[in-house]
Amino acid sequence: MGAATKTVQLLQGNAACARAALAAGCRFYAGYPISPSSEIAEVMVRLLPPAGGKFIQMEDEIASLGAVIGASLAGVKGMTATSGPGFSLMQEHIGYACYAEVPCVIVNVMRGGPSTGLPTLPAQGDVMQARWGTHGDHPAIALCPSTPAEVYELTVLAFNLSERLRTPVILLMDEVVAHMYEKVDMRRLANLPVENRARPTCAPGRHAAFTPGEDGVPVMAPFGDGYRYHVTGLAHDDRGYPTQDPKLVAATNRRLQEKTERNRDGLVRYELLDTQDAEVIVFAYGIVAAAARRAVREARKQGIRAGLFRPITLWPFPGEELAAACAGAARVVVAEMNLGQMTGEVQRVIGRSKDVETCLKADGEAISPEEILLAIAGKEVRHV
Amino acid sequence: MFDFREYLRMEMFPHMLCPGCGHGIVLGALLRAIHSLKLTKDEIVVVSGIGCSSRLAGYVDFNTLHTTHGRPLAFATGIKLARPELTVIVITGDGDGLSIGGNHLIHAARRNVGLTCLLLNNQIYGMTGGQFAPTTQIGRVSTTSPKGQYETPFDSCKLAEAAGASFVARGITYEPSALEKLIVAGIENKGFSFLEVVSDCPEFFGRFNKLGNPADQILMQKQNVVDVEAAAALPAERLRGKMLTGILHHEPRPEYGAVYAESVA
Repeated sequence: MGAATKTVQLLQGNAACARAALAAGCRFYAGYPISPSSEIAEVMVRLLPPAGGKFIQMEDEIASLGAVIGASLAGVKGMTATSGPGFSLMQEHIGYACYAEVPCVIVNVMRGGPSTGLPTLPAQGDVMQARWGTHGDHPAIALCPSTPAEVYELTVLAFNLSERLRTPVILLMDEVVAHMYEKVDMRRLANLPVENRARPTCAPGRHAAFTPGEDGVPVMAPFGDGYRYHVTGLAHDDRGYPTQDPKLVAATNRRLQEKTERNRDGLVRYELLDTQDAEVIVFAYGIVAAAARRAVREARKQGIRAGLFRPITLWPFPGEELAAACAGAARVVVAEMNLGQMTGEVQRVIGRSKDVETCLKADGEAISPEEILLAIAGKEVRHV
Repeated sequence: MFDFREYLRMEMFPHMLCPGCGHGIVLGALLRAIHSLKLTKDEIVVVSGIGCSSRLAGYVDFNTLHTTHGRPLAFATGIKLARPELTVIVITGDGDGLSIGGNHLIHAARRNVGLTCLLLNNQIYGMTGGQFAPTTQIGRVSTTSPKGQYETPFDSCKLAEAAGASFVARGITYEPSALEKLIVAGIENKGFSFLEVVSDCPEFFGRFNKLGNPADQILMQKQNVVDVEAAAALPAERLRGKMLTGILHHEPRPEYGAVYAESVA
């Protein structure tokens, strides 16, 4: 019995990501070495060839995502993985994949920034970059796991959403989740459904490559199957031909933006813990949510009615769900490993009726349950 | 019988190239080469970057991919690995391929990926209004070298050969039929084939440098080049300042996909 078929496995976050990618049908990986994402490449290079897939180490991160987009256009599901500096370099191609509607998965294992920053230490400083890193208006999907098992599940989901909506999907891990080992029960995970992009059923000559279906998503033909069409990063019409007609440009840009809105139901995931009667709700994601979970339980023991709202999908932001969960709470505390990137988003949703409190850290150290507990208790948090 | 309309998206016309631009001659040679190789339109992918030359991809009735500035070789590498049976042709310019995309060029050459890369060299960034390029010759005027270019230009063919391209050639738009044969030989080579094509930009480069009308400029090409085979018999002083044309380097070696397949077997 091979390692991949054992019921319970000891899995590292990065390895879980690579295995899940393979299970989701990924058969192409292009990447450039960068800590703390390297294990993803190191596992993919071994997993892909026996499955008939291809691995290539490219000359940089720009080329890596370019190659992934190329492979995807040729009909092969592709992924790349990187960390902060590489993620910055990939931004132009993320926008390209959004506009040309090419499915692909980009993994960003967040490390301390800005710039070269803290290459092997955790952070959550790229959450806004995942939303607005590439220029222009565009749809954005970013998923954020908080355990290795969830890395597996969300990697499969990332591929499925990417195929379903023909758009790049970003998996945002932090260094702790990426390097953490955990016992993972594979029984459910090994059988997650796998989705594939819809292909045209009409004769090649009739196929207008970018005419949207009812869900706002055009079906996609792979290069080489007889549906010859043009793909460009320029504003384009339904045939893929460049256009500057304001009506056509507006319609396409709106349609892309609305792809995530129209299909929000299968897309927006979040977890609630003890929020129903909570007087104080902690908003936390990634590894910070694990610390927050313990802090909430501890607070309950101490008689404080605390709850946790954990967004699993960061983009599109689960705003309505957060507002509903926080409606009865007197206080909201955001705990994140940055200087308040999501805090602004939470405040926007909560409104000015209550000030969002924070437990922030951007020094390369994870936030501890004790620190979040202090914030829940309304005490000043002194990070050490 | 070759009919260029069979290979063009006529609904895309009129095209956006300037009168006198040399790029159409290159496209004509490419289509004739594809025709003579009897390749079907479905099995061809044309990948391009950003710039005047890269806009050619939109006009041809193949699988066409107009990518980002400087990166077509990266996209093309992904396509070739995913579908090795496809014939992947990259059209790039001197700015796209040698400046912003220079890194991808040397690595595609080093890997010997099975791509045919046509680099159209008109010594200028035309799309953005006429700035100097990495191939602009010393002394030439552009909007960013108003007193004449002072940076040393690249010899793209020497660069590609040194980086490992298994086929390197240079053609000129003055000689479209010779160019067609070079493209045929390039596509027939299994690994990375690099072709520099000397083209003209009368609108900016020619006008800024007072090189006369488009016909004068294309005639001038002939004075600046020597065929590589003829060059072998010529004394060094006759070759000074001249560019060599023809197949400059052809050393077949296993294509990347084959090397990869063997390495993981």
